[in-house]
Amino acid sequence: MATTDVALREASGRAEPKHVVNDMSIQVATVNGSGSQSSNSVLLRSIFQMGVPVSGKNLFPSNIAGLPTWYTIRANKDGYIARKKEIDFVIAMNPETAQEDVMSLAAGAAVLYDEPLNLNSLRADLIFYSVPYDKLVAPVCPEAKLRKLVRNMIYVGVVAKLLEIDMGEVEKAIRKQFSKKVKAANLNLAAVQAGYDYAAANLPKRDPYFIQRMDKTKGKIIIDGNSAAALGCMFAGVTVVSWYPITPSSSLPEATIEYMKRFRVGADGKATFAIVQAEDELAAIGMVIGAGWAGARAMTATAGPGISLMAEFSGLAYYTEIPGVIWDIQRVGPSTGLPTRTSQGDMLSTAFLSHGDTKHILLIPCSAEECFSMAQDAFELAEQFQTLVFVMSDLDLGMNNWMADPFKYPEKPIKRGKVLDKEELDRLGGFARYKDVDGDGIPYRTLPGTDHPAAAWFARGSGHNEKGQYSERPDDYERNMERINRKFETARSFVPRPDVVANGSSKIGIIAYGTSHWAIVESRDQLRKEYSIETDYLRLRAYPFTREVHDFVKTHDRVYVVEQNRDAQMMSLLKLDLEPALVTRLRSIAHIHGLPMDARSVTDELMTMEGK
Amino acid sequence: MAATTTSAPPPKTNRIGLAVIDYRGGKTTLCAGCGHNAISERIIDAMYEMGVKPERVAKLSGIGCSSKSPAYFMGRSHSFNAVHGRMPSVATGAVLANRSLMALGVSGDGDTASIGMGQFVHLMRRNLPLIYIIEDNGVYGLTKGQFSATADLGSKLKTGVINDLPPVDTCAMAVTLGATFVGRSFSGDKRQLHAMLKAAIAHHGTVMLDVVSPCVTFNDHEGSTKSYKYMKDHDEPLQEVSFVPAFEDISVEYDPGSTVEVTMHDGSRLRLRKLEEDYDPTDRIRAITRLNEAHEKGEVLTGVFYVNPKAPSFVDLLNIAEQPLATLPESVVRPGREVLEQVMEELR
Repeated sequence: MATTDVALREASGRAEPKHVVNDMSIQVATVNGSGSQSSNSVLLRSIFQMGVPVSGKNLFPSNIAGLPTWYTIRANKDGYIARKKEIDFVIAMNPETAQEDVMSLAAGAAVLYDEPLNLNSLRADLIFYSVPYDKLVAPVCPEAKLRKLVRNMIYVGVVAKLLEIDMGEVEKAIRKQFSKKVKAANLNLAAVQAGYDYAAANLPKRDPYFIQRMDKTKGKIIIDGNSAAALGCMFAGVTVVSWYPITPSSSLPEATIEYMKRFRVGADGKATFAIVQAEDELAAIGMVIGAGWAGARAMTATAGPGISLMAEFSGLAYYTEIPGVIWDIQRVGPSTGLPTRTSQGDMLSTAFLSHGDTKHILLIPCSAEECFSMAQDAFELAEQFQTLVFVMSDLDLGMNNWMADPFKYPEKPIKRGKVLDKEELDRLGGFARYKDVDGDGIPYRTLPGTDHPAAAWFARGSGHNEKGQYSERPDDYERNMERINRKFETARSFVPRPDVVANGSSKIGIIAYGTSHWAIVESRDQLRKEYSIETDYLRLRAYPFTREVHDFVKTHDRVYVVEQNRDAQMMSLLKLDLEPALVTRLRSIAHIHGLPMDARSVTDELMTMEGK
Repeated sequence: MAATTTSAPPPKTNRIGLAVIDYRGGKTTLCAGCGHNAISERIIDAMYEMGVKPERVAKLSGIGCSSKSPAYFMGRSHSFNAVHGRMPSVATGAVLANRSLMALGVSGDGDTASIGMGQFVHLMRRNLPLIYIIEDNGVYGLTKGQFSATADLGSKLKTGVINDLPPVDTCAMAVTLGATFVGRSFSGDKRQLHAMLKAAIAHHGTVMLDVVSPCVTFNDHEGSTKSYKYMKDHDEPLQEVSFVPAFEDISVEYDPGSTVEVTMHDGSRLRLRKLEEDYDPTDRIRAITRLNEAHEKGEVLTGVFYVNPKAPSFVDLLNIAEQPLATLPESVVRPGREVLEQVMEELR
């Protein structure tokens, strides 16, 4: 299986010798379980430390060891960090995929291969470098059983030499990677050096690619979206976490455990949190709802299959009006689907998760920064509106490493929503759990344990009146459901507003969300540079939609809705929300291959639909 | 006007000054004679006598006739009638959020032993502080009388259908899985159930009580093994159960030869006058064996099968703060700026 799509580069573009500085895509093809992740992180970090914008995307199988894995590092001086279709530099370590990896390259690309693979005979239009890894690894790693792991560090050295990556930065990256393990760091450093020396002595530079120092990553951090989300939840004051392992979400609660153990244990040694690995997703959300009912900031993290299992409970939380936060790190469905590939395929089903009339607030982060900040928004909105809030991340964002600006410390104090305590009950004498006192649809609640004889209310998934009493009366049911709907309407003014880039004259609008953003940023520049087409752009950050979304569609002739699913799910949600006359302006650009979206595909499809 | 010469005597109150009426709930909508109503009465009495503050209690239930019953007792306690078979997870979340709550879960045999089996099993494993009562009548009442998974082999439905699958013994499972207070009672045995409920209130850990509670509408006929008549004929108590609360400083002599005394977590004493000479309720293996023997003999064994007041609960294992997590202040749950700065530096 090849990860590179058919390259679109014009053949003539590679003819004359040239210098390509800080603009390339490097792909490492290995076998999973071979320890290549450390090597790839070191390579990524070294480039980052040289001030060059960079992104790393791991394309891995649903398997522990022995199947093909590709890791793509994109360095780009202009800050484009979306996946790039064309691969410029392949590091072919996997005999099984090597031939296909090479055959799928565009002319002029460079290939670094393990000498016994003899790849140089496959094509005449590529630049080949061969490295005898086995011969090089033996002297630096006397311990035979470690060689498999250390071997991959050699290509870091070779690439450092060929691309002129500063070895001082490589060493720094290795020290960081193996922070507490000095011996391991030294061993790996020796392997890098062996690769570097070999390249210096045997591999004259023939490819055009160079990494040169810039200052575009100064102050930035590198983090995966799931860790950013974990940090965000910790600073949002989460106290109860319940989860069930599922790719690609597991690293979110796991990172939460690590951070909370470090920073949320009191001076008395007691945890200010409870984190439970549940028996399944049903139990995970059940615990979140129980904890939310009892007043905790509670959350779980899952992926599509878990979301499906949480459907019934989601309706319970919606109807009993219990807060909770659910992270959906989307992967490719339906069913088991492609568990290690990215998708935006849960938008529609999550928006209406559960039977009966239900709809939920969705937040949609596109970056590590937003995983951090939206964690706080999510808890805030959940408690304000006494409902579940789903944060719709995806595998690309959650599991890959991203450059990010340092996260901003939350400035706003934590607000717990409309909760009545003993003193307020003393003053009021009592309360009706589901009464719309303030006209915003949001009722008041009390927490179990509140020391007042009138504090108790009965949470039930069955029909109930304003006081929470069992009721099958049509008027009670209708009044209650309409009030809950009013809450949803109120939420439109409180969810994160979209990011809009508009120049006031473009006829063409683009709507996208989540990780598709990075392809759109690049695609809009391609459209401008290559076709002189100006586009306006609205990046959705939440459902329900805010007024800006309607205005955006209203002010553009054609609006392309770009997303990573088959059925144009977000466009369907938009169609339900927009006035009928505007619906025909929407056009779908949908991608479902499970790979992070690239700019070129968007540009090409948009131009085709524009009839050009 | 103070012309009255006689005034009504003040209502009898418990040790925290509350009357029985403070423990009552809404009017039951279950069938007249339903065993569940008797269990609700016993809960009211036990909570009243133990002087449990109703505001401290969190009632939880699933779906079914049994799960409706929390509406009919302790109206001053918060309650959550959740989804079918999944009350345990909701209860777990609530207890973790606020460890000072006394959680009382009411389930049924369908709610526990069929749809709820997965969560039941894991609840028992965790030894979460919770009283879990199965109001066990062997049939689905709300859907008009289908067999449940606790129906005995050979028992007969009203329609004449014979159950040909073996029953799930929730008590044997609970003991095996790690619950630390496991017993069975009968809604018609006022004394035994009352004493067991009071001991349950004194316990710290998971209490699993399977209470046979006849369904007068769908499973009280000839051929049913969960009818009042069948229970009267086959109820085989292991012990005579009595309970001395910690706050009642009474020292009543007992004969250690004929009575086992278990000191509960709060200092209360559970007294079990042996009806079977060698039965030791702190012996798990013995408990499981005895329950299996009961099946062989066709007995409905009742009493306290197993009790271990010393095992750490789930809350202890998680080492969570003494104050309820739910209401910890921002200063405790949001680390300072320096923490964020430190993490950012590590990621640079």
